[in-house]
Amino acid sequence: MVLVLALGDLHVPHRAADLPPKFKSMLVPGKIQHIICTGNLCIKEIHDYLKTICPDLHIVRGEFDEDARYPETKTLTIGQFKLGLCHGHQVIPWGDLDSLAMLQRQLDVDILVTGHTHQFTAYKHEGGVVINPGSATGAYSSINQDVNPSFVLMDIDGLRVVVYVYELIDGEVKVDKIDFKKTSTSNSAP
Amino acid sequence: MIADDDEKWLAAATSAVKQNAFYMQRAIDSNNLKDALKFSAQMLGELRTSKLSPHKYYELYIRATDELRSLEMFFRDETARGCSIAELYELVQHAGNILPRLYLLCTIGSVYIKSKDVTAKDILKDLVEMCRAVQHPLRGLFLRSYLAQVTRDKLPSIGSELEGYRNMDALEFVLQNFTEMNKLWVRMQHQGPNRDKEKREKERNELRDLVGKNLHILGQLEGVDLVVYRDTVLPRILEQVVNCKDELAQCYLMDCIIQVFPDDFHLQTLDVLLGACPQLQPSVDIKTVLSGLMERLSNYAASSVEALPNFMQVDAFSKLDHAIGKVVEAQVDLSASASVTLYLFLLKFTLHVHSDRLDYVDQVLGSCVSQLSATGKLCDDKASKQIVAFLSAPLEKYKDVVTILKLTNYPRVMEYLDHDTNKAMAIIIIQSILKNDTRIATADEVDALFELIKGLIKDFDGLTDNDEIDEEDFQEEQNSVARLVHFLYNDDPEEMSKIIFRVRKHILTGGPKRLPLTIPPLVFSALKLIRRLRGGDENPFGDDTSTPQKILQLLTETVEVLSDVSASELALRLYLQCAQAANDCELETDAYEFFTKAYLLYEEEISDSKAQVTALRLIIGTLQRMRVFSVENRDILTHKATGYSTKLLKKPDQCRAVYECAHLYLAEEGENLKDGERVVVCLKKAQKIADAVQKWPVHPVVAVAWGLCLCMSNC
Repeated sequence: MVLVLALGDLHVPHRAADLPPKFKSMLVPGKIQHIICTGNLCIKEIHDYLKTICPDLHIVRGEFDEDARYPETKTLTIGQFKLGLCHGHQVIPWGDLDSLAMLQRQLDVDILVTGHTHQFTAYKHEGGVVINPGSATGAYSSINQDVNPSFVLMDIDGLRVVVYVYELIDGEVKVDKIDFKKTSTSNSAP
Repeated sequence: MIADDDEKWLAAATSAVKQNAFYMQRAIDSNNLKDALKFSAQMLGELRTSKLSPHKYYELYIRATDELRSLEMFFRDETARGCSIAELYELVQHAGNILPRLYLLCTIGSVYIKSKDVTAKDILKDLVEMCRAVQHPLRGLFLRSYLAQVTRDKLPSIGSELEGYRNMDALEFVLQNFTEMNKLWVRMQHQGPNRDKEKREKERNELRDLVGKNLHILGQLEGVDLVVYRDTVLPRILEQVVNCKDELAQCYLMDCIIQVFPDDFHLQTLDVLLGACPQLQPSVDIKTVLSGLMERLSNYAASSVEALPNFMQVDAFSKLDHAIGKVVEAQVDLSASASVTLYLFLLKFTLHVHSDRLDYVDQVLGSCVSQLSATGKLCDDKASKQIVAFLSAPLEKYKDVVTILKLTNYPRVMEYLDHDTNKAMAIIIIQSILKNDTRIATADEVDALFELIKGLIKDFDGLTDNDEIDEEDFQEEQNSVARLVHFLYNDDPEEMSKIIFRVRKHILTGGPKRLPLTIPPLVFSALKLIRRLRGGDENPFGDDTSTPQKILQLLTETVEVLSDVSASELALRLYLQCAQAANDCELETDAYEFFTKAYLLYEEEISDSKAQVTALRLIIGTLQRMRVFSVENRDILTHKATGYSTKLLKKPDQCRAVYECAHLYLAEEGENLKDGERVVVCLKKAQKIADAVQKWPVHPVVAVAWGLCLCMSNC
């Protein structure tokens, strides 16, 4: 079992001072094997903090990120799954599932993780999965009026991935989970 | 060499002691009083030596006096057999030398204290007077130490005031012994040449506990209650302490008094104790004495809540404050660090004992300020450290910066820090807010807070030492300020609006390096407020400052500043955020304004091709979501965006941008926005560009574009 933390859109310090204390106490170093981050951290201190939770950190560039060297998109393979990572402001209209699906096909990945809308979503789409972990700090968004802090933890085990979403609603952490199974044939050719 | 000799002499003396002790013991075993006395006198004769250092003499002394115990028991047996004290005294006179004779007399005397033929009072008086015969400091000290030790558990208790008087004999005895011992001890200071002064002081230090023991005995004497302490014990001790005029003794003994006697005694005699301080030698380290006292009293207050009213009753605070003031006044060359330390201890005392009295806390801060005003801005590292500790103490105690903001003298103390330390202190304050989740809820509190942290907010007057500041440190500093902005918050929109205006006022003094880091959080704070105002009821205040319009106006003026300091990409992003907020408030003109400004920045300031691609994408993405525009306005903006798209540097980027623009002609609601024709025009343009890109594999881009076309044709 491989644990992958997916989070992003923290917007520290522009829109939030820090992660919620309840999240920070859950994110203990040594438990997670990979972190994939959709971007908009925005400062080095957050990068360093994430590195302490897990040294295998993958980040893509959000439009407010201070570090211009993060790539626009990234792909990586974890176990049987190919994951794609992109902030999401590049895909117009923002949050549109069809457009995101195009990106998924273009990157040729099973799981696409994007952000920008500060809204947790997880869709099964044409043999793949499109996930948005939301904003880990519950930062203000012009797209989403009502933002709760959230992040996603994926448990990848063989051909199966369980997606756990953690949301902070009215001061309490609520957990939900979604199961995905990859069919043994790879996703459709473009 | 001298050390070797010392060892040699000690070895010789010790073996002599051992030998005589052996014979003495034999005499005791055969009840031979005369011989016992003879050999014990010989043994004690070894203590007459002047050759040993205090440390070595002590070893010899222990040896000898240990052996005296069996002699003591023998004397007790003799008295049981009917031998009187007079007889024993007579026998002892035969010892040739004074010192052994006196040791023996003390031993005999102690046995007789509880007897009936002589009163304790007479014996004690005799003994303490007799010892005067030995004026040599080292020998005299040890002799009297033996006297104290051998009489200790036999002293008559002082008793209660039953018959109208108290039996003060024991008290008198101990006090006199103490006085004489102190005199001897002080005399050691003046023995010998000046160059050995340090050595003498070291030796004196080794002996100090001999003198201090008397105070311990006093502390444990039965019947020494507050009245006795206040009326007799303390005045007599202090008299000796002050009159001896010896720095070493005064320092040690003051500390001894404080440690030995109970805290509530100190509380009740605070006047007397503090009154002695200015009378001490100027070289005495008063701050150690006073800080020891304040620390004890603080702990006392912390451990027993019942005692707290006593503190108020004796007005401990003002007495201490006053005493410190006098000390600081008297000791003109007291270093800044030392005087701040004194105030630090007083502050800790106040925080422990009177934490609810902010006026007391403020008073301590004020006293410190007056003291510092004499020295001016500090360049002294040690003093700066102490001031930081001084300022951090209330922060740690109250954990609530809002309380600190009420202390009028707090910012005045901060003035005395050098620039770097001032900034470090400001960071400490901010971190307290972040850690304790403190809310700063009014505009006035914001003003007070920014006054404290002004070292971070703007350059110091006349100094732009930006070159010396480490870039990373500077960023971290400003990021702390940025994080702070999110704690400046009030649920009441009107007050929140005031807060935003006030924060802006402070931040704008920051200069070009700070603004790109501090303006964004302010902008988002304002955008959050706009959303709240929009979501709420019709603005009941009718107040001009808290309408969405007014705040959007403020935002325009604020983001403008960023373009003046070459943070154009950031400014463009913020304009687009504001445009969306205006859209949500149905304010078409404002939204259009923001887009105009964004477009202007795009045209004139953003020249890097990669930056252009991202910026244009953000423009298109934002525009796609706008619902508030009239058909003409939307047309103008869309047309311009499409124009920008075709002018991007790289063809693939152009292609992508153009087909993204196709979305602008399409929307979920409203028939008038759906312009199928224009969509197709866009897509065809995109295809043309794609065709022109020979070396590129056509398939992803065009395929994507056709895919899009398919989607749209389904709409």
